[in-house]
Amino acid sequence: MRHTIAVLVENRPGVLVHIAGLIARRAFNIESITAGYTEEADVTRITIVVEGDNRNLEQVVNQLSKLVDVIKIVELTAEPLIERELALIKVKARPETRSDIVDIVEIFRAKIVDVNRETMVIELTGEETKIDALCEVLADHGIVEMVRTGKVALSRKPGAAKDSE
Amino acid sequence: MKMTGAQAIVTSLEKEGVELIFGYPGGQVLPLYDALYDCKLRHVLTRHEQGAAHAADGYARATGKVGVCFATSGPGATNLITGIATAYMDSVPMVCITGQVPLSVIGKDSFQEADITGITAPITKHNYLVKNAKDLPRVIKEAFYIARTGRPGPVVIDVPKCLMTTTIDFEYPETVQLRGYKPQAEGKPAEVEAVAQALAEAKKPLFFVGGGVINAEAAPLLRRVVETHRIPVIGSLMGLGAIPVTDPLFLGMVGMHGTVAANRAVMECDLLVGIGVRFDDRVTGLLARFAANARIAHFDIDRAEVNKNVVADLAVVGDLRWSLAALESAMADLGGEGGRRWEDWRLQVTRWSEEAPLSYQKSDDVIKPQSVIEEIDRQTKSEAVIVTDVGQHQMWAAQYCRFQRPRSFITSGGLGTMGYGLPAAIGAQMGQPNEPVVLISGDGSFLMNCQELATAVEHQLPLKVAILNNNVLGMVRQWQKLFFNQRYSYTRFANGGTDYVRLAEAFGATGLRAETPEELPEVIAKALATEGPVVMDIRVCADENVLPMVPAGAPLDQMINGEVK
Repeated sequence: MRHTIAVLVENRPGVLVHIAGLIARRAFNIESITAGYTEEADVTRITIVVEGDNRNLEQVVNQLSKLVDVIKIVELTAEPLIERELALIKVKARPETRSDIVDIVEIFRAKIVDVNRETMVIELTGEETKIDALCEVLADHGIVEMVRTGKVALSRKPGAAKDSE
Repeated sequence: MKMTGAQAIVTSLEKEGVELIFGYPGGQVLPLYDALYDCKLRHVLTRHEQGAAHAADGYARATGKVGVCFATSGPGATNLITGIATAYMDSVPMVCITGQVPLSVIGKDSFQEADITGITAPITKHNYLVKNAKDLPRVIKEAFYIARTGRPGPVVIDVPKCLMTTTIDFEYPETVQLRGYKPQAEGKPAEVEAVAQALAEAKKPLFFVGGGVINAEAAPLLRRVVETHRIPVIGSLMGLGAIPVTDPLFLGMVGMHGTVAANRAVMECDLLVGIGVRFDDRVTGLLARFAANARIAHFDIDRAEVNKNVVADLAVVGDLRWSLAALESAMADLGGEGGRRWEDWRLQVTRWSEEAPLSYQKSDDVIKPQSVIEEIDRQTKSEAVIVTDVGQHQMWAAQYCRFQRPRSFITSGGLGTMGYGLPAAIGAQMGQPNEPVVLISGDGSFLMNCQELATAVEHQLPLKVAILNNNVLGMVRQWQKLFFNQRYSYTRFANGGTDYVRLAEAFGATGLRAETPEELPEVIAKALATEGPVVMDIRVCADENVLPMVPAGAPLDQMINGEVK
């Protein structure tokens, strides 16, 4: 099973490496990891998606909790949750296929952020499955290259992760 | 008060109550050594940085205080690594201060530069690369706090040289504020009550004690609970000494080289209470068969230890001084009846102890290594602090020394570090100058850090070293014998090995040799009576195995030579 966890850490150099290193050396697989500032400048929020059963997850959380720079860990999987990922997809776009692609972009409520004679770059923010679906449709036109950010997630509950029990 | 970064480090160490530092100077740590020149801190110059780390570790294990070591950048710091990893695996409180190249040249592959915080991240409880000289007092305060509280462990502070010469306003913080680190001594009383309840229901309860009991200074408390309720106890390697080995309720060490009684008790018990243990694979053998008939309760200060290897039915997270005291009161209801309740079980396990004691074939012709341990134990009246290296001699020491108190057995358990013994014994002897300290080593292990004899001689330590010299890497050879068809690939030292008497003399120590069983008691007596460091080259037979033995990955009742007579 896949678990999404939010890890609040001290915003210090090397902290992301430390977190990722700990998970890797305990032999847990990281599906995605993202990091960025939060509403508090000295706190970084790292969103990690790991694959494993509940006991694996318990170990990941307990081991991460031991790191002095880790302020808080919240398992988000069980909560009502907003999950988003951002993708930039460069797709082959000849004049005769362009309108096709524009239609697809419309349907997915994605955005065309760059066009030239041979390609277009499409931006899409959404749940992982939605991005997967867009990629699948665009694959028919030929994806030149793409980049995805990995998942970020926020609980729908009122209040912040840092304050939760 | 104005002072340089180097002076600030020294003053901070004094404020932490540090008395002794083990270290080795070098380019990037020179300003710190310059500051040491005019202060009261005692510094011991080891002959290798690895020696400094192990000595700080041995000092910490013998005293319960935080061990401190210094090294320079690059190779100095990387030489500490084995010592840091050793301390980390056995939860030893340590603070290591390393020099680093100046901030302006960090990351340029400068001379003697290594990313020491990166390298030590997986083997430290925490580490720091200090970027601003004014942070030094706070960082040192935090480092000691982190090293000694909660589950103890090593902390590394990497200090760029330029910071050591920067002038700062020194002020030592009184408190530590770390958002992400708040060790909880006290856990949930309900968790303890659940264990007491399980004990009340159990027919065959068994306590399993580990190094955590010794770290937490909780051995007297544990002993009280054990004596009141008369519950059989087994120990991990790190737990030896928590309960006197001679106590009839103590069944001995469990695991790969554990006693028949301890291993059978695990297989038969219906409630196994792990106390300050981490269920290492050398203890459990085949996990699926470990304590298969038992509910498992686990007391530990580190939540991450619960369910890591063995799934616990009951867990109590907290300092053992709190949790064992809570268990004691929760069990008070059981009263004296508890003692009677488990009488059958107690009779059964003590019968196993009597029927299958640790034993070996005695000899009048060759010195049996086990007999050396027994003789040392006899002549020191089981009162010495025993330090070991790693290998066969270590297991024999664990089996045949009659440890009476905590901190009387100092050994590298988790990492199994050959070369640990001599420097650790130096640290232990300096921490406990009035205790007899005996290092039991093997010829292979001893050679790995024998240069530290020079340190022992310089300080005229009363340390006694017994080398069980069989001219082979005994434990590796044992595995080759049992599991590799007696193909003894590179486990014998060529040309008859090293002359340890002359080696000792070259360093200025006393060297003695015993070649026959008759000579042995005399040589040990002479060593104990001789001042200063003494090395005993004890020629033992090579073809001797540590038994009983559970092969790696086998269940605990599958013991080689572990029959009950």
